[in-house]
Amino acid sequence: MTPIGILQIVVYFIVVLAITKPMGAFMARVFQGERTFLHPLMRPLERLIYRLTGVNEDGEQRWTQYAASLIAFSLASFLFVYAIERLQGILPFNPMHFGTKAAPPGAAPVTPDLAYNTAASFLTNTNWQAYSGEMTFSYFVQMAALAVQNFVSAAAGIAVAVALIRGFARHQARAIGNFWVDLTRCTLYILLPISFVAALIFCSRGAIQNFHAYTQVKTLEGSTQTIPQGPVASQEAIKLLGTNGGGFFNANSAHPFENPTPLTDFIQVILIFLIPAGLTYTFGRMVGDTRQGWAIFAAMTILFAAGVFVCYHYEAAGNPILAKLGVESKYTGSQPGGNMEGKETRFGIAQSALFATVTTDASCGAVNSMHDSYTPIGGLVPLFNMETDEVIFGGVGSGFYGMLLYAIVGVFIAGLMVGRTPEYLGKKLQQKEVKMAMLAILATAFVILVFAGITSVIPFAKNGYWNPPGPATANLNNSGPHGFSEILYAYSSAPENNGSAFAGISVDTPWYNLTLGLAMLIGRFAFMIPALVIAGCLAEKKKVPISSGTLPTHDALFVGLLVGTVIVVGALTFFPALALGPLVEHFLMHGGKLFTMLIFPRWS
Amino acid sequence: MRRQLAPAFRMMLVMTILTGLIYPGIVTAVCQIFFPRQANGSLVRADGRIVGSALIGQNFTKPEYFHPRPSAAGTDGYNPTASGGANYGPTSSRLIERVRADIAKFREQNPQFQGPIPADIVTASASGLDPDISPAAAYAQAPRVAKARGVPLARVRQLIEQYTEPRPLDFLGEPRVNVLKLNLALDGDNR
Repeated sequence: MTPIGILQIVVYFIVVLAITKPMGAFMARVFQGERTFLHPLMRPLERLIYRLTGVNEDGEQRWTQYAASLIAFSLASFLFVYAIERLQGILPFNPMHFGTKAAPPGAAPVTPDLAYNTAASFLTNTNWQAYSGEMTFSYFVQMAALAVQNFVSAAAGIAVAVALIRGFARHQARAIGNFWVDLTRCTLYILLPISFVAALIFCSRGAIQNFHAYTQVKTLEGSTQTIPQGPVASQEAIKLLGTNGGGFFNANSAHPFENPTPLTDFIQVILIFLIPAGLTYTFGRMVGDTRQGWAIFAAMTILFAAGVFVCYHYEAAGNPILAKLGVESKYTGSQPGGNMEGKETRFGIAQSALFATVTTDASCGAVNSMHDSYTPIGGLVPLFNMETDEVIFGGVGSGFYGMLLYAIVGVFIAGLMVGRTPEYLGKKLQQKEVKMAMLAILATAFVILVFAGITSVIPFAKNGYWNPPGPATANLNNSGPHGFSEILYAYSSAPENNGSAFAGISVDTPWYNLTLGLAMLIGRFAFMIPALVIAGCLAEKKKVPISSGTLPTHDALFVGLLVGTVIVVGALTFFPALALGPLVEHFLMHGGKLFTMLIFPRWS
Repeated sequence: MRRQLAPAFRMMLVMTILTGLIYPGIVTAVCQIFFPRQANGSLVRADGRIVGSALIGQNFTKPEYFHPRPSAAGTDGYNPTASGGANYGPTSSRLIERVRADIAKFREQNPQFQGPIPADIVTASASGLDPDISPAAAYAQAPRVAKARGVPLARVRQLIEQYTEPRPLDFLGEPRVNVLKLNLALDGDNR
């Protein structure tokens, strides 16, 4: 680690801290229907949308209706994305003729399983990418199918978080808000304006924004190079702000056209945390006690700081096997040292480690470096971040309601220790709330471990339908413990709706597309629906007065309890799997052990 | 549930038009007016023809040019339609074999260079299109380039210094040298 690298991380965090309150206060105004400075511009548009869609702005919903609206909207999202993907050949904005016979050589076909996987991926805010954008999808698919989901899946996640906050804030009420109104306001007042400004900044620094066909150039040495084009900057902005993470190009935020300079990179990591951090303040404001929000913010900060410095330390220390070959492992001022495999020169080690930690703290999944090539412990940090349900600031909305579920579990555990019915924010937590919180946390853990386990051993016939390369492990790019980590990472990323990958694994086969798609849907809805159930239950409850037996939930004790709950639940659930992957690889790497690819026996 | 389907489809349609067509359309119009060079790919011209993009690396192999990092984009590297990294883990024998071969090649091509190899020049970038190398990796190649071009080493080192981009705001990222811009400057010198 270098002083200037540490400075980059510290300044980053100070900026996040500084924007939390203004952002959170603004979001509270938006979701409570108060007037903001954007009203002259956006209010007429908002009214127009309600008129076009037949939504009654003043009609609030019970949790069942709220959930039904969410599910209906997700269904419509799925059908829109699937149809546009499959029909791209006859749709406009397709200068490279993808999906037709005139597609360039090397273009990938959009098979039904890939279209399903991608639709599930974008509607769940995962943005797992089994395809390579520059050789698969037209500009129309990228803009009108994928980037639309970047907006609305983010807005839906935030809506659920706000509904849960209302559950705490209201007493003896049946309604928790209106899904359509929350979705519309979030898109109009929060996501669109910030994306617009960010897109212009990105473009001014070099991110591309056009509808041209790819440019053929003759290089200085006389060979030809095809340079892709497209409307990148507009998509890039919402990709980060909405913690979606789906890159326009295969290389995602490592691609110089998506993320051209260290400055754009710095703005990208800020955009990822902007809404999740702000929501902690929105929460405090809406429940009438901002200390409650800052306590959650503090717990998230502790977990963030631990992750980023562990990751940075191990990446800066580098790979001892390469050092033995004569590669500089130390920072020297004129070269970065450390583990530069899979990292960009302009970002170096510190910005790469920061991005990897932030993108998995949040359920973003954008990457500016290839996590597959991280050192074992450097790669364990993103893996563990995802497996603890991405509650460290977290995905927009989902991270916050995830953390509230952990808070419910934490308060419940504390209640057991002192033998009292647990309370949180003046609401008695009873059987149903705790059961729902545990259901959400266990559902994703179950999906991760079961799917990763099955995939590690399942055989398939070579050249068969399900997995043409043969057994599911034949799709790996690494063997030994690192190969297992590739599988574990994929099945952690999908249900947690992250979308980043140990990208060496080839996942565009029916087995991976279908199981990962299913994992994404389970991870999204088995988390959201319980959160809405809890919101509905809590809203109906009376406020219980604070007594001497009430556990304060705004002090250091509570922060420690919350951090402990996250770590203990994560460690107990995932330690065996992590021991088989990154932990054992760490020790083997220091012993100089190498792994060659296995030759798989024929199954048939 | 069924009563929610009609507003769901209408809302999807409205949002598709608003965020999927109007938003990127306006951003494109504004960017094309105010930042046309960047919006169209920061293309670089020499002798009146486009020779590449300042942001996309090229696969230089001749001794008189500075060489970029190893690239996993496409079979020959630096194929912008196949961006991505090598995705080798730290204990992959294929990683170690590749690095060992690249170190041997680098030492052979740059016999004047002694000492540890700069970390970036034998490792594949994340995008496979990294346009930059570290200043140390550029200085290590300077004697070879100077000899192949028959220009004084001091001049080559001066150009590297001139083309070293510092950290933005003095603390973000790492200092770097854009390989295409540096090589174009060398060509400009020889003309």
